[in-house]
Amino acid sequence: MTTTFEPAAGPATDSQVGRERLASLLQSYGAAIVLVILLIVGSIAFPTFATGSNFSNILTQSSFLLIVGAGMTFVILTGGIDLSVGSVFALGGVLAAYGSSFGLLGALLFPLVVCGAIGALQGFLIAHAGMAPFIVTLAGLLGVRGLVLATTDGGSATPLITDPVVVALGQGQVLGIHWPVLIAIVVIVLGSVLLARTRGGQSVYAVGGSESASTLMGLPVARVKFTVYVLSGLCAGLAGALNAAYSSSGVPTVGVGLELNAISAVVIGGTLLVGGRGNLVGTVAGVLLLSVIQNLINQVGSLSSSVQAVVSGAFLAIVVIIQTVLSRTQRL
Amino acid sequence: MTQATVSVSVPSRGSVLAVFQKYGVYFAIVLLLAYNLVATPNFFAIDNFRTQFVQVVPVLIVALGMALVIGTEGIDLSVGAVMALAAAVIPLYVGYGLVPTLLIAILVGAVIGALNGSMVAFIGVQPIVATLAVMVAGRGLALLIANEQLKSVTNPQILALGRDSVLGVPYSVLIAAVLVGAVAILVNRTTFGKQLIAIGGSRRAAELAGLPVKRILLLVYVLAAALAAVAGVIGTARLGASVPSTLGNLIELSAITAVVVGGTPLSGGQVKVLGTLAGALLLQFISATLIKHNVPDAYSQVAQAIIILVAVYIQRGKARVK
Repeated sequence: MTTTFEPAAGPATDSQVGRERLASLLQSYGAAIVLVILLIVGSIAFPTFATGSNFSNILTQSSFLLIVGAGMTFVILTGGIDLSVGSVFALGGVLAAYGSSFGLLGALLFPLVVCGAIGALQGFLIAHAGMAPFIVTLAGLLGVRGLVLATTDGGSATPLITDPVVVALGQGQVLGIHWPVLIAIVVIVLGSVLLARTRGGQSVYAVGGSESASTLMGLPVARVKFTVYVLSGLCAGLAGALNAAYSSSGVPTVGVGLELNAISAVVIGGTLLVGGRGNLVGTVAGVLLLSVIQNLINQVGSLSSSVQAVVSGAFLAIVVIIQTVLSRTQRL
Repeated sequence: MTQATVSVSVPSRGSVLAVFQKYGVYFAIVLLLAYNLVATPNFFAIDNFRTQFVQVVPVLIVALGMALVIGTEGIDLSVGAVMALAAAVIPLYVGYGLVPTLLIAILVGAVIGALNGSMVAFIGVQPIVATLAVMVAGRGLALLIANEQLKSVTNPQILALGRDSVLGVPYSVLIAAVLVGAVAILVNRTTFGKQLIAIGGSRRAAELAGLPVKRILLLVYVLAAALAAVAGVIGTARLGASVPSTLGNLIELSAITAVVVGGTPLSGGQVKVLGTLAGALLLQFISATLIKHNVPDAYSQVAQAIIILVAVYIQRGKARVK
């Protein structure tokens, strides 16, 4: 963290405090503000944008990334990173498809148990063996994709989901809202309560803020770090299972690069990669922002995929630059 | 040994283990080669080694730059996109001959590197997000420049760069060898090298010591991108075509793996150039061994993941000291 000291400044004036508070608010809610602006601009510019079906579409498309991003937020809050989520997402989908022959319970339990176990293995190596999160989860990205290929005949088999109950989990609606959206909301609410209202959640912030201080305070640092990777594995597996239900098949090639989307969304949402600061509300705003930008680019229609990539990359750069500048003006 | 460290003392846990930790990646290569000598027919044929070395060149060159960036406690995810950009500009300038084309490609890389470096050094954006944004936009830009098309490259000089040899050594391998030497000298024998390692060791201390931290960081990212551009030219020469849609895809992951397996910790403050070479070769030999024994791609990926974890686990004693 960059802390700026002004030795001779004396007590901060009201305007300074105000400015710092504004900067802090902008950093935390910057994504939400940009999101609102984009929604307004989009509604004015494109008649097909502000329609119920388009919004429902945006939400459904976002729901999988929301769930993955929730897990990623926990990990990043501890100062870690999870690059394996894209591969775990694919594995979750394939396992859900295989498990669906045992009904809804199989379609959910099978991926959750395996993906949770993968998260636990990574968490163990990071928390207890002291290995760098980046490397462990990079190996996870590679190894789990290998598992996906191994369970699908080298990626050529696409297990289908025929159980109507499982398909309904992905495609069914309540009050016009798809189930994955509702489940994503539940995950976000549960995660927020966990982070803000429980001792474990506070430990997550403490570990990310300063690992050595947390150790000195007697917090179970290793257990906290272990747990966030299990949570991330569970979230990625759940999102993969829901995505498979939504598309009624476990496609082995999905989720490539998903980790980068999830990390971007979390960072755009104001969570610092060094850990210790951020929240799930920001991640929601970050995910929706990415989806809305994508949707707006699609509304223009004529933009090629390469222009889309340039626009989203440039946008990401602008957002992180603004955030970095804002976070530097605060006194922390 | 071509390695520079910032006062890292390995806690004594028996000299054998310490030696194994220090030279783990070299032991792994020897073991793998010994296995292949026994179990893989024709692995030791000169032709096979030539193929292996030619194949490792792009990853190796990218990894050299990555090692510098990681030495400063940074990371560069945009290297694959830089390769694609280099590939995309080749058809535009190929008419001017090999050297101008090469220079233009390196210049394009350097500009992208300056963009990364400015965001990291001057604005203070975290390297992983800054270079992620450039990675996404850079690949898109490469496709735009190329009109989303694949173009074959017919210039004989450029093709020769990818295919011809001098005294049995392919040009691309020769270039990579020169670059390994140059980066080793840069890291171990120049002030710049010592400064970049100092920044990785402790940026704050480097600032207090009056080092031009921002300028060094900028230069490191420029170098990494320029090296990636060279890799892009060589990759294009080997394919005989400019393929910006796939060239260098996911190479950042291979390069980071090679650097880390080679003993350079992600926490910065050390750069092991020979280790990076060994790391890249080890990854290449592993995949070649698995391919020659007809191991399906799926299991090969799992095996690679396990080997990476083991290699890093063995070396973790050193990294933790920092």
